[in-house]
Formats: sequence, C-alpha cells, structure tokens
Amino acid sequence: MNDILIPVGVLAGLGLFFGIVLAIAAKAFAVKTDERIEAITELLPGANCGGCGYSGCAQLAEAIAKGEAKPNACSVGGNAVAKAIGRIMGVEAERTVRERAQVMCSGTGNLATKKYVYRGVADCVAAQQLGGGDKLCSYGCIGLGTCVAACPYDAIEVVDGVAVVDSRKCRGCGACVRSCPRGLIEMIPYGATQWVACKSQEKGAATRAQCRVGCIGCRICERNCPEKAIEVSNFLAKIDYSKCTGCNICVEKCPQKTIWSAKIDSGRLVITREMPKEKVK
Amino acid sequence: MSFTDILLIMFGVILVENFIFSKFLGICPFLGVSEKPATALGMGMAVVFVITLASGATWAVYYLLLEPLGLEYLRTVAFILVIAALVQFIEMFLRKFVPALYSAMGIYLPLITTNCAVLGTALLNIQKGYNFITSVCFGFAAATGFTIAIVIFAGLRARIDEAEMPRAFRGFPITLIAAGLLAMAFAGFSGISFA
Repeated sequence: MNDILIPVGVLAGLGLFFGIVLAIAAKAFAVKTDERIEAITELLPGANCGGCGYSGCAQLAEAIAKGEAKPNACSVGGNAVAKAIGRIMGVEAERTVRERAQVMCSGTGNLATKKYVYRGVADCVAAQQLGGGDKLCSYGCIGLGTCVAACPYDAIEVVDGVAVVDSRKCRGCGACVRSCPRGLIEMIPYGATQWVACKSQEKGAATRAQCRVGCIGCRICERNCPEKAIEVSNFLAKIDYSKCTGCNICVEKCPQKTIWSAKIDSGRLVITREMPKEKVK
Repeated sequence: MSFTDILLIMFGVILVENFIFSKFLGICPFLGVSEKPATALGMGMAVVFVITLASGATWAVYYLLLEPLGLEYLRTVAFILVIAALVQFIEMFLRKFVPALYSAMGIYLPLITTNCAVLGTALLNIQKGYNFITSVCFGFAAATGFTIAIVIFAGLRARIDEAEMPRAFRGFPITLIAAGLLAMAFAGFSGISFA
C-alpha cells in the first residue's frame, strides 16, 4: 500500500507546494498594470502590422492608455475600433478616413524599357543597388516584391513587373509604403477613383524615352481640371484629393494614359482604365 | 570532479554533443524562433537562464527528495512539475524586479516551459551522475550550445530568405535541408576526443 501512497503523496505534495509558492509569488510580485491596456489590446485587430508606428498592437495599446497615441491611431481597425477605444479612454474619437495603398507606377513589362536583365537576389532593395534597378526609369516599380513580403494582409501581388494592391484586402496599414525603396506606394482615400500612376520627375522627353505610360508633365490635366485639383510640379502631376470630385476629365484628356480611373461597384473598386497601346519598337 | 573535468564536459556539450545537432533536443524552438538573429538570440538567452536554474533545482529535488524516498522512477514527472513551476516563478520575479530583462525575453519564457531541452538537461544530469556544481555547469553549457546553434541557423535563414529558390523548396523544405547541412557541419566536431 505504501508503495502507492508515498509516490502519490510526494507528487501531490510537490504540486501543492509549488502551487502555494506560485500563489504567494503572484500576490507578492504583483505588478500594477493599467487594465485599460488589456481592454484596448483586445479591441485592436491583433495583426501586429506596425501601421501605427509601434512595433505591435500591444505597444500601441500601451501608448493609447498612457495618452501618447490617439484612440484612432489604428488605421486598420478604422472607425469602429477607434470609437470603442474612445469609449474606454473616455474621449470622443475623431473620425478616420479609410485609406488604401496604391502603387504609383504603370510601367509593366512591355511599356517600360529595361536596360539590363537582372538575375540577382529577388529583392527590390538589392536590385536598386545594382545600377538603380533594371528599368531605364529610375522612379518606376522594380517588381521584385519587397512590398509583397512586407504586406501583413497578403494584399499585394506583382503583375507583369509592377506591384498591384488588391483594394479589397488592403487595410491601409502603410507597411508597404515604408518597405518600398523607391517610395512608389502612396496612401490615397479609399474612395479615390482617379490617380496618377507615375512618380517620374524626369523631363517629358526623357520620360517618353523610358516608358510608354510615364507622366510627361504636359499640364493638359492641370488645364482641363474644372476643380483645379491637379497641379504639375517637377514634370509630374499630382491630384489633391480634398478638391477632386472624380469627374474623370483628366483621365480622358491624359495623352499618356498615366492617370488611372476606377469606379466603385457595390463597394468594390473596379479599375476602368483604358490601356495604352504597346510600345512601338 | 576537478575543474578540468568540468571544463571538458562543458566544451563537449557545446560542440561535440550539441543538444540540437547531436541529441535532437529543442528542435521546436530551433525551427520556430530562428527567423531573425535578434529573436533567436533572445530565445537563446532565455533558454540559458532557465536551463541553468532548472539544472540546479531539479538536482536538488532529485537528491534531496526523490532519492531518499526511493522514488527515482518518478523523476520525469517530478521534473516537469519543477520546471513548469520554476518558469512561472521566474516570469513573475523578472516582471517585478527586472522589467528590462522581462521585456527582452518575457515572450519566450512561457514557451520554454515545454522545451524538451530543459527536461533533457535535467534527466541527463541524473543519468550521468553529476554533482550539483557540474550539473549547473552542464546545464549552462548545454544551453549555450543551443544558443550558438539557433543564432547561427537564424543567420543562415536570413540569407536563405533573400535567395532565389525553386518553388518546391521555398519556406520550410529548404529550412529543414539547411538544418541538416548545419548538423553535418557540427558532426565534424565529433572527431575531437578529450582522452
């Protein structure tokens, strides 16, 4: 009988002893934490994408609880999360505008000319260091997918040499914006239906020699915009979304087909862009 | 045991009988937490900390409690209990008194509770009949060997991530192949004898 009772007793005793020690330790070593931090962490999406500028959701929650960050700092959670966090913090959260990432380049395989064949490490930063990438245009998309790897929501795909953001999957965290070595990706309002898909600041003739669809800075869009929402500087058009009404005149007038358009069809963004003719060799 | 003996045991368990490459202990964190050298180092440091303390604690439990009662066969169960409680205790202790260390390795500590390298060290200490000092030194060296292995491997993986790779090998397959190659490299140490 003892052969059974002693081992059972010893193990149970050990367990009880450790249990008591841990229970005492939990009381003795208790650290006062702000219970709001936990509540806010629960509310945040938990993807740890870093879009807010903090290393993860828990760190943002801590910053919000301390008052260092605003309740609406999480662009991914959007208005609903900002409101709920505002309720915990006892403040009215400002409305956030949902944004999406847009790659500002249209220079796909047969439209942008290449200067060499790149066979190195499949990473844009690496290619950028090798003579500024394989495209003649030193502003365009390198297309090796550094942003694809950076996207925590699997929303980016490289199609024919240019990264494309799937607007349905994009949560607007901005991780890709920070990852792109060329700063090609911009955050634009989710509902924006016109954008200048080029970043080239070369003069018109130089852009034309490098790419069939680059912005040549001709100012036709600037002159034709009824709202004065487009401004050309450094041979590149830029749309001011606070003025843009989405009338589509710039898209129709653009001789290079650099300005893209889309329409929102039952909540989805559908690109209605007119494709330029292929490059004449 | 003399000082030289202890040094030889430590050197042996770091290189020749490396826990990961020749004993196949702690493979889970080796593959799971080796994506970046910095996190690998954090995990390694946490393992060093826990294994060293657990070696001492389990030695004490075995020789002061289990052996006098003739319950040697209970050691596996008892050690699991001791290690789990110890890790919990360390976590609370660090959180209160050394917050800097806690934030550096806090997230790894709960993972280590079930790391078989910790239990393996404790059981090996008993199997080899080490005394208290040797046990603690053996634990420390074993964990150091683990850390070296995981940091080297994390460096390799950082390079592999950038490399162009046939689709079938991408991700886990190439990771396992690289682990095998690294184990073979470490097998080179097995020729060293300390006679």
